Amino acid sequence: MSRVLAAMSGGVGSGVAAARAVEAGHDVVGVHMALSRRPGSLRTGARGCCTLEDARDARRAADVLGIPFYVWDLSEEFVEDVVADFVAEYAAGRTPNPCVRCNERIKFAALLDRALALGFDAVCTGHYARLAPGADGAPRLQRARDAAKDQSYVLAVVAPAELEHALFPLGEAASKEEVRAEAQRRGLAVAAKPDSHDICFIPDGDTRGFLRRHLGEQPGEVVDTAGQVVGSHSGAYGFTVGQRKGLGVGRPAPDGRPRYVLSISPVERRVVVGAAEELRVGTLHGAEPVWGAPPPAGPAEVTAQVRAHGTPVPAVVERAGPGLLVRLREPLSGVAPGQTVVLYEGELVLAAATVTATGRG
Amino acid sequence: MPAYLDHAATTPLRPEAAAAVVAELSQAGNASSLHGAGRRARRAVEEARESLAEAVGAGASEVVWTSGGTESDNLAVKGLFWARRGADPRRRRVLASAVEHHAVLDAVAWLVDHEGAEVTWLPVDAAGRVEVAAVAAALAERPEEIALLTCMWANNEVGTLQPVRQVAELAHAAGVPVHTDAVQAVGHVPVDFTASGVDALSLSAHKFGGPVGAGALVLRRGLDLVALQHGGGHELGVRSGTLDVASARGAAVALAASVAELRPEAERLRDLREQLVAGLRAQVPGIAVRGDADPAGRLPGHAHVTVPDCEGDSLLYLLDARGVEVSTGSACQAGVPRPSHVLLAMGVEPEEARGALRFSLGRTSTAADVAAAVAAFGPAVERAQRARRSARARSARRAS
Repeated sequence: MSRVLAAMSGGVGSGVAAARAVEAGHDVVGVHMALSRRPGSLRTGARGCCTLEDARDARRAADVLGIPFYVWDLSEEFVEDVVADFVAEYAAGRTPNPCVRCNERIKFAALLDRALALGFDAVCTGHYARLAPGADGAPRLQRARDAAKDQSYVLAVVAPAELEHALFPLGEAASKEEVRAEAQRRGLAVAAKPDSHDICFIPDGDTRGFLRRHLGEQPGEVVDTAGQVVGSHSGAYGFTVGQRKGLGVGRPAPDGRPRYVLSISPVERRVVVGAAEELRVGTLHGAEPVWGAPPPAGPAEVTAQVRAHGTPVPAVVERAGPGLLVRLREPLSGVAPGQTVVLYEGELVLAAATVTATGRG
Repeated sequence: MPAYLDHAATTPLRPEAAAAVVAELSQAGNASSLHGAGRRARRAVEEARESLAEAVGAGASEVVWTSGGTESDNLAVKGLFWARRGADPRRRRVLASAVEHHAVLDAVAWLVDHEGAEVTWLPVDAAGRVEVAAVAAALAERPEEIALLTCMWANNEVGTLQPVRQVAELAHAAGVPVHTDAVQAVGHVPVDFTASGVDALSLSAHKFGGPVGAGALVLRRGLDLVALQHGGGHELGVRSGTLDVASARGAAVALAASVAELRPEAERLRDLREQLVAGLRAQVPGIAVRGDADPAGRLPGHAHVTVPDCEGDSLLYLLDARGVEVSTGSACQAGVPRPSHVLLAMGVEPEEARGALRFSLGRTSTAADVAAAVAAFGPAVERAQRARRSARARSARRAS
């Protein structure tokens, strides 16, 4: 038995994860992280996760499980390390994944640190991912049994040293339905609660509006690959590479085909649009890799995934200075700098890195 | 058995109060009904009213039953504001001590946000006591525009007693009515409504061994107050709603019992409190004991400390895990602690205010509870400080 801190969002998954940790014989304490400085009172549909109602749901689940429950204020860390980072990344023309940052900097950093210092052995979350023993004894992150729910992508930035103190009781779950049924069986009132989607700190789902409030209007031009001005915009941060809708381009392309965002130059406030095939990416440069296992000596066959629920494609990875270079065997479309690329060896995570540049071939 | 040292949050129901509540609940009768069952209930609630009034030095007709401290505070602050402004539209200023409970603080803030009120926060000294000179100065400034003054009897966090009588004298000289939130004081220190000179006084039964959900606002006869809750015109039209006879009986019985043993019990708690503070100091010499150092200037059972380089909520968890139940003393938003406005008003630095802990002793507290708290304190602080250091190191890394 070990002392386990169960991070409880108030959702179904983390509630069942905590229940499984209790059942496994651990000494479990529930903690709800307060991440917003001014939490809303009530959830609105399936969005957000940080309202007072969510805190109450988490508390209720802890009560049903008979475990102590606390709310810890991590809003300062969250605002600085996740929200401000999110805004800064968009301002720099990149596309960040805030859930990745939250795992990297909050759940398995600030929260884990505090838990360890207070005498806990591990942090338990409701993520769908598994931990497999690695060759060197350190745990390796592995995809969840249910591929549809797999969240290894957003956890891949967590280094093995932290994963040693992680517990993912839902990794072996066959499906979300199984988890919901278990919540029902255990009397957790959250069993029927909708899954959370979108970005928790943008409860209305309007990312562009959120960025506008933080960054102000920054009008600029939309140009095609020949440099021809085809439209205007009120802020380059409102675009992501691969975006097709809402480009604000009045005239159709000369060839009549749909246009996509190809790149964003925040300094010039320029958004470049072009045809779908120009979005194809064959190589990726990744910075600040986190290795889930000792890095291979030479080029290694892997699969690469660039989105939380993206399709992995075969690739070859090799180290390039402090970063890494990924050659995709099948091109991917619309990969933006700032995205996280996760490399898998089969089901096991080999590395995660932030995409800094992409190439066609 | 955990050591329960959070009596200021709520203290266990006295057995005699429980018996009174149960006895009443087993009988039918609406105190407003004219038949026999109604008359019996009426008699019970009026006897409770007389008993409670006597215990706080008020007349029976001055007691308005409420659902507790928060309602009493809201009724007094908003009701007095509206009545006074209704009589003279210039009266929009509210004078309030900076260390009020949120039931007063937020009611005042609401009046500012929604009713055009203007607030003057009355400063406190390092012990958390309202500065009488500042009260006089605030009253001297545009007295014709002042709607009311509200100043608590005893602070809920640090336990400091306020100079309520002096404040009331000054306010009355300026023609300003005074409300006092005496929720922490009633049943623990002598409280005499009439002698204090205040016009309105809030009390809450569960703080002195009565049931939760019962309280009263003691209102000087003839004081005009606008009701917040309308209906059957109960309580002289000030607070409509079927009288909760069982709670009233429980509250009255609990208060009578508390007042009867007030002095010896206060002595006993003071001794325990001194043992506790000495023990905590011996464990962690760096702690600062907040509030008035003079036992005559504070509640007998309160011990408030700030622990350097700690998060209060880490301490709370660590003590809870060791069977010691205390509080950080300040109100929470969804359980999220914020630096206490009371400590900040006392001039405590926000960083120091993070490590606040309130131990509050009560009727069931024993030397064994104190010993358990002292024994758990040292190791808990050591761990909490480790956690804080690691968080600091993290934020330093981030900044670099």
